[in-house]
Amino acid sequence: MSNVPVDLKYAKTHEWARVNDDGSVTVGISDSAQDQLGDMVFVEVPESGQTVSAGEACAVVESVKAASDVYAPVAGEIVEVNENLADSPETVNTDVYGEGWIFRMTATDKSALDTLMDAEAYESFLASESH
Amino acid sequence: MPFIPHTETDVRDMLDAIGASDIDQLFDEIPSSLRMSGLSAVPVGMAEQEINRLMHERADTDGRPLCFTGAGAYDHHIPAAVWEITTRGEFYTAYTPYQAEASQGTLQLLYEFQTMMAGLTAMDVSNTSLYDGASALAEAVLMAVRANRKSKSRRILMPTTVHPHYRKTAHTIVKNQGIELVDVPYCSAGGNTVPDSLRHFEGEDIAALVIQNPNFFGVIEEVDTLTEWAHQQGALVIASTNPVSLALLKPPGEWGGQGADIACGEGQPLGVPLAAGGPYFGFMCCKQALVRQMPGRIVGGTIDRDGREGYTLTLQAREQHIRRSRATSNICTNQGLLVTAATIHMALLGAEGLANVARACHANTRTLVDRLTDNACVKPLFNRPCFHETVLQFSLPLGDVLRPLYAHNLLPGYDLSKDYPELGDALLVCATETRTTADIELYAGHLNRIIDSQTAAGCPVQPKMA
Repeated sequence: MSNVPVDLKYAKTHEWARVNDDGSVTVGISDSAQDQLGDMVFVEVPESGQTVSAGEACAVVESVKAASDVYAPVAGEIVEVNENLADSPETVNTDVYGEGWIFRMTATDKSALDTLMDAEAYESFLASESH
Repeated sequence: MPFIPHTETDVRDMLDAIGASDIDQLFDEIPSSLRMSGLSAVPVGMAEQEINRLMHERADTDGRPLCFTGAGAYDHHIPAAVWEITTRGEFYTAYTPYQAEASQGTLQLLYEFQTMMAGLTAMDVSNTSLYDGASALAEAVLMAVRANRKSKSRRILMPTTVHPHYRKTAHTIVKNQGIELVDVPYCSAGGNTVPDSLRHFEGEDIAALVIQNPNFFGVIEEVDTLTEWAHQQGALVIASTNPVSLALLKPPGEWGGQGADIACGEGQPLGVPLAAGGPYFGFMCCKQALVRQMPGRIVGGTIDRDGREGYTLTLQAREQHIRRSRATSNICTNQGLLVTAATIHMALLGAEGLANVARACHANTRTLVDRLTDNACVKPLFNRPCFHETVLQFSLPLGDVLRPLYAHNLLPGYDLSKDYPELGDALLVCATETRTTADIELYAGHLNRIIDSQTAAGCPVQPKMA
């Protein structure tokens, strides 16, 4: 059973999004996603300052098994990227909702976050996907 | 088991499973205007006896001329052992081996090829080759646009001293991807790309600068200054280079303060014979930081759980079978057999041998230029140093000189008038280590006689500069 914290929002493409105190949004991949991908060997982070549209592929996580795109959960601008992942991509496996974050962005339209799933909805989504 | 594993029953079962009536139905969505109705230009098959005869007749039309033409493909000596070993059963495949458990020998050879190329170019990593020098440059352009994430322009500075065929190939491959190749003119005195001529691009968003060295005219470019300039502009540097020249010249990895970012080129001079334009192979090396943007196969070395050395394809997440449409290239294969020959060639020559070849080529080309320019109608066109190829200017119509030389079974050089009409009667000549003093004398003798016969009074003799 994968870990799905209740304070986060989730996308169907298995990203999590955390709304920070300053209104910015931190993004990573879900525990379920890191578990399916396996040991991370490389994370390609976006450029800070890059504008992205909702659902745009803007990062790549590469594991021993596969490489997978990471999509922006909402439209906005990338304001910070996790440079530490260059040297220790395995952080995505070991601390997926903490130090394993991938980028931080500002949302053009904050209400777009409401279109994402809450923990309960994501858990049912995971359950439906596993069938 | 039949060679083609799908029997009619298999095909029928598969079609039934997906509910298609026949194979044609699978292609329904492609409009008929885009479909090939047949290969009408391909003649009917021939029996072995007939094809043998045809191929012998074709082969006999090659008069094995004495070659003073380079222009991207060079007539080098290839030790007999190279192809004797390359065509052994263990190596004789054009295909890249995927199966580490069955292909350790080939994988180790490819790993050693990469090590040699990285050493020769002074770059961090090499792939196991691409199709040829021209498509390698096109791939390098695509790679630079992906890798230079600071640049949004998709503009590449492409000096006109880069091989014209390479420029055409690059244009064909990148034009529909919104990438612009911007011509940079050359200096008419030096035949090089003058760093000052780039000044008006300063402050503009440029993804990369291409530097061919030696350039198409054989001229040595000011690689350090050009590289420094590009890096100051936030542009990457793509080196296109002749691997033999790197035995003597400063390798791309050492250009300027930080070195070129990508180095590519034509591998033909390393053990691949001239054969009607190919097959040849391209090579590509880059800085470690860019390796995940590199196209092509890469072999990695590792140790197994018993501590034994082993080799396997690595970084495959760049490739088509894993990354699909977002792969670094839709060409994810290599020229395995030619790379096998090149690796054995380099191993047999060694670093010193390759440097000797490069020195002999340079010396022979200087001798050739000296002898041909003894004729007052022939002059060196550019005043900058050359490697093993250079441009001669004729003060009489070049075509009238070349035709009789061809008739003497001589390839006198590459006529530049089509690609560079502004140069007038200009000929790109090359003498590799395979040309002897007697060969050069033969060329000079024919040339002098032909020129004399065409200029009743001969050319006005001017004293040569000391």
